[in-house]
Amino acid sequence: MDIKQLETNFDAKLSKNENIEPKDWMPDNYRKHLIRQISQHAHSEIVGMLPEGNWITRAPSLRAKMILLAKVQDEGGHGLYLYTASESLNISRDDLLEQLHTGKAKYSSIFNYPTLTWADIGAIGWLVDGAAIMNQVMLQRTSYGPYARAMVRICKEESFHQRQGYEIMCKLSVGTKEQKEMAQDALNRFWWPTLMMFGPPDAESSNSENAIKWKIKRESNDQLRQRFVNQTVPQAELIGLTIPDKNLKWNEAKNGYDFGEPDWTEFNNVIHGNGPCNKERLGARIKAHEQGRWVREAAMAFAEKKKERVAA
Amino acid sequence: MANTKDSQGPLWEVFVQKKSGQPFVHCGNLHAFDKEMALQNARDLYTRRNEGTALWVVPSDAIVSSSPEDIGPFFEPANDKVFRHPTFYKIPDAIKHM
Amino acid sequence: MTTKEALFKYLLRLGDTSMILAQRNAEWCGHGPFLEEDLALTNISLDLLGQANSILQYAGQVEGKGRTEDDLAFHRTEREYYNHLIAEQANGDYAKTILRQFFCDAFDFYFYSELVKSKDEMLAAISAKSIKEITYHLRHSSSWVERLGNGTDESHSRMEKAMDELWRFTGEMFEMNEVDSVLIKEGIAIDLNAVRPKWENKVKEVLEKATLKIPANTFMQRGSRDAKHTEHLGFILSEMQSLPRSLPDAKW
Repeated sequence: MDIKQLETNFDAKLSKNENIEPKDWMPDNYRKHLIRQISQHAHSEIVGMLPEGNWITRAPSLRAKMILLAKVQDEGGHGLYLYTASESLNISRDDLLEQLHTGKAKYSSIFNYPTLTWADIGAIGWLVDGAAIMNQVMLQRTSYGPYARAMVRICKEESFHQRQGYEIMCKLSVGTKEQKEMAQDALNRFWWPTLMMFGPPDAESSNSENAIKWKIKRESNDQLRQRFVNQTVPQAELIGLTIPDKNLKWNEAKNGYDFGEPDWTEFNNVIHGNGPCNKERLGARIKAHEQGRWVREAAMAFAEKKKERVAA
Repeated sequence: MANTKDSQGPLWEVFVQKKSGQPFVHCGNLHAFDKEMALQNARDLYTRRNEGTALWVVPSDAIVSSSPEDIGPFFEPANDKVFRHPTFYKIPDAIKHM
Repeated sequence: MTTKEALFKYLLRLGDTSMILAQRNAEWCGHGPFLEEDLALTNISLDLLGQANSILQYAGQVEGKGRTEDDLAFHRTEREYYNHLIAEQANGDYAKTILRQFFCDAFDFYFYSELVKSKDEMLAAISAKSIKEITYHLRHSSSWVERLGNGTDESHSRMEKAMDELWRFTGEMFEMNEVDSVLIKEGIAIDLNAVRPKWENKVKEVLEKATLKIPANTFMQRGSRDAKHTEHLGFILSEMQSLPRSLPDAKW
């Protein structure tokens, strides 16, 4: 089959909303885009374990400790599902990790912000997971089969994550004066970085167009951001928290909120390594990888010795 | 040569049986260095929410799969063998179950 | 010492050990040697936390002063904690974490296998649930002891070093005091002298497979039965308890 025919078949599959599977022919750029997006997503899950993991040993009740531990563990699992989805595109986990460790691959900028108080754990679950879920629900219908299947599994497991975060915020908002202040402070710090998670405005997003054409993404950054704001504002109001945006206003005509513009200069700084915790996050990942090397080598050596013994 | 000596160990396919009597269904992959580890990792990764009561793990390179080019020759010949399906046959109405 | 007082202390011994070991293992979350093992260790930590939760909750009921599991976990000082010293030892490298887990798993396995026969129904029920979890933990940690003992020269020598650091804390797990004698008479607690040979056999069997030796210095540290700890526990508790203690009126 010549390349024209292959491309026609590929486009036909997409237009019929059929999934592309690992062995199917696909354009090189589609493969590259997917590797970039899925691995970035995987890295975000793994790096995302760190800011929350920071509070596991300090969670204020046994219940809270168990929930947080289970949640952070889920994120590790999700990273794992996503790494194997990337691996089906012929790139090894080792290579993917190397891209992360050398700074070649990105991860979600939100995880470069510090978790300073317990309320930040609430804010992350409520806002950050809430934003992530919007994206992930859409990605269950993404065109690449292994990615879509990983997302179905992830969405099912994530369903408790946002609720646990909101529950923390609810408890704080009916608590002592210090607890209320803690909750509002966390919302103030995490609101804008969360809006940035959806990526730059559509007009400036370089990758968005292809992603939509290939049905990897099915909604634009701005559409998702708008939906997130519409959904979240009433949740904040219900528990007496104030969204830190002076321009926030209900717009009857568009049946949604008007809201202010995130500080995209800050966004670019964080993306380019200058967020408050970029060095710490990457440093922690590299350290874990390096310190784990002898363990992996030992496991490999043991497996080989066992094979020899069976063969002998 | 990261692909040949991956320090994360080889890739495995995981199949979960929800309840005894039901088929084993593919649910994903993982890395492990040996069989016991693959089995334990599958348990820790894919059955955290009561997803199953039995597990199979198989080294990914032991899986043989058909190719997209095989769709025609492999699967389409079955399309016109309608006589393999029970609904193909006419049975007197008086016979309720057969 | 009344039966009630003895049972309260006995429960703290069990609950605190699970609690502190869970806390130590949880420190690995997000930092494991590879992703799959990171998740496995977190599962173990979660099981241990669940055990600590039920045992401390029951301890609060037995004590009868209205203290909850959280009051007991977050508002006792290091001189009121009764966990085994081995549980509070620092994670160190993965060899030390695995070996610590193995020693504790092997103990818990034979201990709770006996405790299911306790005349205290609640304790028997908690043991019955725990034993399933512990059976898996023991399988996991023994397979890793074997792997690391036999893996590379480096992993072997790391295991030897871990053995040297941890062996001295294994003896006190079998120590009995008035708490035990009061409760054994009632058929509530079990005789640790009967657990010891089973534990020793299992340890011997796994260490042999792993080509590891018990250190020459067999002096045993002790203290946890009297709530006398190593210096580690104070740091663990100050981290763990900081938030509830800084806002004592807050509910979480």
